[in-house]
Amino acid sequence: MYRYILRRSVSGLLLILAVSLATFFLMFAGGDPATRMAGESGSVADIIRIREAYGFDRPIIMQYLSWLGGFLTGDLGRSLYFDLPVSSILVERMFTTMRLGACAILLAVAIGVPLGVAAGCHPNTKIDRFALLFAVVGQAMPTFWFALLLVIAFSVTFPILPSSGLDSWKHYIMPMVVLSYFAAPAIMRLTRSGMIGVLDTDYIRTARAMGIVPRKVLMKYALRNALIPVVSLAAAQFGYMLAGSVVVESVFAIHGAGRLAWESILRSDLPVIQALVLCFSLFYIVLTFLADVVNAWLDPRMRIS
Amino acid sequence: MRIRILNIAAAIAIATVSGQAMAGKADDTLNVAFEEEVSTLDGYKEISRSGLILARMLYDNLLMKDIKTGEFLPALAESYKIVDEKTLDFVIRKGVKFHDGKELTADDVEYTLNQVSKKEYNTRYQITVSWIDIVEKTGPYSVRIRMKAVYPLALEMLAGPLPIYPKHHLEAVGSSGMSAKPIGTGPYRLVESTTGTRFVLERFDEHYAGSPKGRPAIKRLVAKVLPEANVQYAELMNGQLDWIWRVPHDASRRLASRPNLTVKAAPILRFAFMGMNPNFGGGKSPIADAKVRQAINHAVNKDSIITALVGGASESIAAACHPIAFACSKDVVKYAYDPKKAKDLLAEAGYPNGFPLELLTATTFPRSQVEAIAANLNAVGIKTSINEQQSAVMRTNYIEGKAPTYLSSWGAYGIADAGLGTSPFFGGAGDDVVKDPQVVADLKIADTTLDRDVRKKHYEAAQKRVAEQAYWLPLWAFSVNTAQANNLSLDVDPDEFVPFYKAAWK
Repeated sequence: MYRYILRRSVSGLLLILAVSLATFFLMFAGGDPATRMAGESGSVADIIRIREAYGFDRPIIMQYLSWLGGFLTGDLGRSLYFDLPVSSILVERMFTTMRLGACAILLAVAIGVPLGVAAGCHPNTKIDRFALLFAVVGQAMPTFWFALLLVIAFSVTFPILPSSGLDSWKHYIMPMVVLSYFAAPAIMRLTRSGMIGVLDTDYIRTARAMGIVPRKVLMKYALRNALIPVVSLAAAQFGYMLAGSVVVESVFAIHGAGRLAWESILRSDLPVIQALVLCFSLFYIVLTFLADVVNAWLDPRMRIS
Repeated sequence: MRIRILNIAAAIAIATVSGQAMAGKADDTLNVAFEEEVSTLDGYKEISRSGLILARMLYDNLLMKDIKTGEFLPALAESYKIVDEKTLDFVIRKGVKFHDGKELTADDVEYTLNQVSKKEYNTRYQITVSWIDIVEKTGPYSVRIRMKAVYPLALEMLAGPLPIYPKHHLEAVGSSGMSAKPIGTGPYRLVESTTGTRFVLERFDEHYAGSPKGRPAIKRLVAKVLPEANVQYAELMNGQLDWIWRVPHDASRRLASRPNLTVKAAPILRFAFMGMNPNFGGGKSPIADAKVRQAINHAVNKDSIITALVGGASESIAAACHPIAFACSKDVVKYAYDPKKAKDLLAEAGYPNGFPLELLTATTFPRSQVEAIAANLNAVGIKTSINEQQSAVMRTNYIEGKAPTYLSSWGAYGIADAGLGTSPFFGGAGDDVVKDPQVVADLKIADTTLDRDVRKKHYEAAQKRVAEQAYWLPLWAFSVNTAQANNLSLDVDPDEFVPFYKAAWK
């Protein structure tokens, strides 16, 4: 097991480095950071001065190595746009996104799993059809469209919910619903197909034949097995919510990490982009690792292998 | 990210909402929204308009320009004297307090201006400070500013982008400290902020008597960043916001139909143009021929595009400057919309069947307007392909000669002077792709004298030549649409600054 963890950690670290190197080069491929920093009124002289001041005139590989050197000594650098330490901005924004993402994934699981179980236990019935409709609408509807509809309904027509910021629990409702509605259909569909598959197995038939109460068969034997792939999916969805919540954050003016990433790309704020990419990569790696651990707990076969 | 407006969503929003009571007036708080994040509250480092507007609430300058009369009003400086072409003397006003209670003296002026004009301070727009040689304190309340060379825009700069900071604070905390805890002499002081996205300002009751900005009528100003336009409209309609700006033409028409809202269009110094590089492709492209450039000028129906798509108080322009700017000529050759003449000119130039043309444009330039211009060019045979890029990338590509034309807009740093309208593009420096010797010579004379008549004469001569040679297709002067609560009195200044300190409840 320890060997497994070590192997996963080393490959994770190499992955992070590869991603950060690729991002660094791609940022330069997308345009000159000095030009973006100078803004639309900046003259050519301003651009040259900024290029020299921030060292953008050095070879890209040298710039990367100097960033890497700083990173390895625990220095994430300063944001070129905000002129503040990257760590201070990152902590604030990451915390916002993580809070929202955690609430949303819990809601997605709370909706997706019971609905999937119900649909899986009663395939081709009304409840299954409803679950299918729920999933199709959720996946087909663009996130920002749904978000705007909610704003129109609950902030404008019936003004009971605030439309921007995250100042109180009320502020969480709409962004949480939008984010979770995007993730819930996949969780629901996977739970449903898992349940259908598991309920058809010999051991469930045996359990039923042994006279175990149906509720126990469902919860202890069927659901536990059906959930194995769902755990991996939920972990990936949570990772997506952290890195990909830019649309929801834009609509609801939530100043989180997703929006920060988008804005930083537009303004070529390299130190912030690098730090965010590292954080997001790290989250994915940790999440998939945790998902494996949970799966191992759920499925003894994985522990033995 | 500013998500493209879904017209239908906005229409539904506007159609379904009922007017509600405004919340701002009740607690004497003006709630406003901007779409772009503020990077810093240090006015010397900021490039976003939202940040620069907030900086003008927090800080004051030596002088303030009356945008209507063009007169320089005394602000932190009680008076000034032009000693010679390269020397200015200022008497500093007594009894002016900073937000932390300390009094303003000549030390603050001397330190601020010397500090920000140093290369290592990294003032974002060097043009604003590069003319300063040294600032010397000549008494406890007087300073002398020496220039490196004759610079006719010195007073404009001192009245605009050069705020005065407290020496003790700037020395202790530097630029990033000024951003985190700004201390100025302005009519508002910062009481609360969230990095880049939310700022709460409160009236500074000890703001000096005699300030041209006056004492604000409204006690609190809350500015927040709302990137999504539809959410701005929603919050304005339900009373959470009192003021928004940069409302697109189509949305402004719909917002205007709301009984609780007022939509205003204010003319601003920003103008649109299409630049043409005669030296593109080694001077061998069709654009190298003046007749082709003139044909392009005749081909575009500016007035109809303005009516249909630009809207507001926009007007078409003929010269390479804003019509209200000092020394912007009214007497340049004008190219009327005449597609037949455009075709004739193209035929004379040897392109009877037109030619393919790449038109660079920025993602920030309204796409509908770009499409309309391209359609006009296509109609006379110029097969225009639009290449939309990030504005910084576009500008670099054009300056580096990678495209024959580009479509852009220019705000001239909010200063109404041809020295910042015409010269940056034709003065022979790095941004000038044309490098016409006659134009460069005229602009050099105009840029380096204080004599207003000489400046006017040479700027106008340069603009005439630019128009004759059709190096640009000057398009229109923009206006900015604001939507605000009916009970709010507030107007945007032509320099694209919003004087919130003049706002009042009706």
